[in-house]
Amino acid sequence: LQTRAPRKKKKAKMFRNQYDTDVTTWSPTGRLFQVEYAMEAVKQGSAAIGLRSRSHVVLACVNKAQSELSSHQKKIFKVDDHIGVAIAGLTADGRVLSRYMRSEAINHSFTYESPLPVGRLVVHLADKAQVCTQRSWKRPYGVGLLVGGLDESGAHLYYNCPSGNYFEYQAFAIGSRSQAAKTYLERRFESFGDSSREDLIKDAILAVRETLQGETLKSSLCTVSVLGVGEPFHFLDQETIQKVIDTFEKVAEDEEGEAGEGDAEAAAAPAEQGGGGAGDQDVAPMEM
Amino acid sequence: MTFTIPIDNGDSVKTAEADSQRTLYPYVTGTSIVAIKYKDGVLMASDMGGSYGSTLRYKNIERMKAIGKHSLLGASGEISDFQEILRYLDELVLNDNMWDDGNSLGPKEVHNYLTRVMYNRRNKFNPLWNTLVLGGVKNGESYLGMVSMIGVSFEDNHVATGFGNHLARPILRDEWRADLSFEDGVKLLEKCMRVLLYRDRSAINKLQIAKITEEGVTVSQPYSLKTFWEFKAFNNPTAGAEGSW
Repeated sequence: LQTRAPRKKKKAKMFRNQYDTDVTTWSPTGRLFQVEYAMEAVKQGSAAIGLRSRSHVVLACVNKAQSELSSHQKKIFKVDDHIGVAIAGLTADGRVLSRYMRSEAINHSFTYESPLPVGRLVVHLADKAQVCTQRSWKRPYGVGLLVGGLDESGAHLYYNCPSGNYFEYQAFAIGSRSQAAKTYLERRFESFGDSSREDLIKDAILAVRETLQGETLKSSLCTVSVLGVGEPFHFLDQETIQKVIDTFEKVAEDEEGEAGEGDAEAAAAPAEQGGGGAGDQDVAPMEM
Repeated sequence: MTFTIPIDNGDSVKTAEADSQRTLYPYVTGTSIVAIKYKDGVLMASDMGGSYGSTLRYKNIERMKAIGKHSLLGASGEISDFQEILRYLDELVLNDNMWDDGNSLGPKEVHNYLTRVMYNRRNKFNPLWNTLVLGGVKNGESYLGMVSMIGVSFEDNHVATGFGNHLARPILRDEWRADLSFEDGVKLLEKCMRVLLYRDRSAINKLQIAKITEEGVTVSQPYSLKTFWEFKAFNNPTAGAEGSW
């Protein structure tokens, strides 16, 4: 690919703006800015968290409604009995990709009468995202997906990027103020493998609390879903979530996490993790 | 027997030429397959004959093949269609292996894939003229199923195709048990195959027995069954009707 000749009329304010008009233009430093901008969109969305043990995966997210009058957007989707996905970023893109995932899962189920291994699904998803980084008439999907599911080797959690990369995690958080949740998870992830289902759920809700930065945690503010060996994907009801919250709300002071600035997580994405994302008033209406 | 199929691809009349694109009759066929679940997995038996109508033309056809790590496929009916199915499954197993991710196709998945293939071909009036038997073991669980050329598909503890349906299954219904040892299983299959050898005109006395367990697939070397023809009535067959032969 060749870089475009700089336009003579416009004065470039920042060096990178010259090469960021379409996704099929490389920058001189070997970056695709459109893809990186798409990953920014993920950071602006409200937080989504995933963690797994050997046998279960928990996905949790923060419910943000645009105003008091409206309901919150759905950010966690059931793909199949054994796969769920939590999204952050452009939820419309997320919905479309969820539909694609459901389609893949059900087609596999129909042909083989067997659940689609989650590891294969994320590769299909990643390949689909990659296509949008290499066509001039497309744009990258502006959504990050935390895919949790089961296959023959147990429970898995993956993160799919707009770039077309995917990574497997023991625990991860995406979206705005996810760094706080990540710091919390980093302290504990080594024990998650053997965690009980209940402890895993508790840790997920605690991680959600970290992203709220002082706001009181209520069950209406978060959505939690569970899937595991012998347990099909389902959402936890408000009552169950509130009960878990009640067990630890009293010792709130001990659990306060610091909003870390360091890039402690193994980030393969070229863009750096900004410190928690912009405040709510900068969030575009279509992103949640 | 000829009949026209009202398939419309935009051509006005279906000519004999177009008919040559579809399977109308089988040509080289294999006869029965008999299979049973036993203590350690699945046992399957078939003879090695390929008939050309009423001629017992080919005598070295292997009608049972291993599929992937966990499955065994036996086929009766048109041999060339069986070979085509083996090519489809080869591709399927290859793609499964290329994932290299610790997941693998088990017998249930292969059986369902074959059901889809057979039923879809039947819907296009261009069947693969086979009855397939799919057996396997994965994660300690035995599996045995069957698919016919019209897409009828089911699982059972013991199955048989072709003449085996009429001659072998009554024996299996009476004598099959879940905890059969390998030796007893082979004896049971040989009993069925012997009856088929006596009574099925397209059977030949050269058979193989295949075994699939958690460890994998083994197909035996070909061997023959002992038969008994010294019935008194066979010695002087024209005794009751002088002049006949």
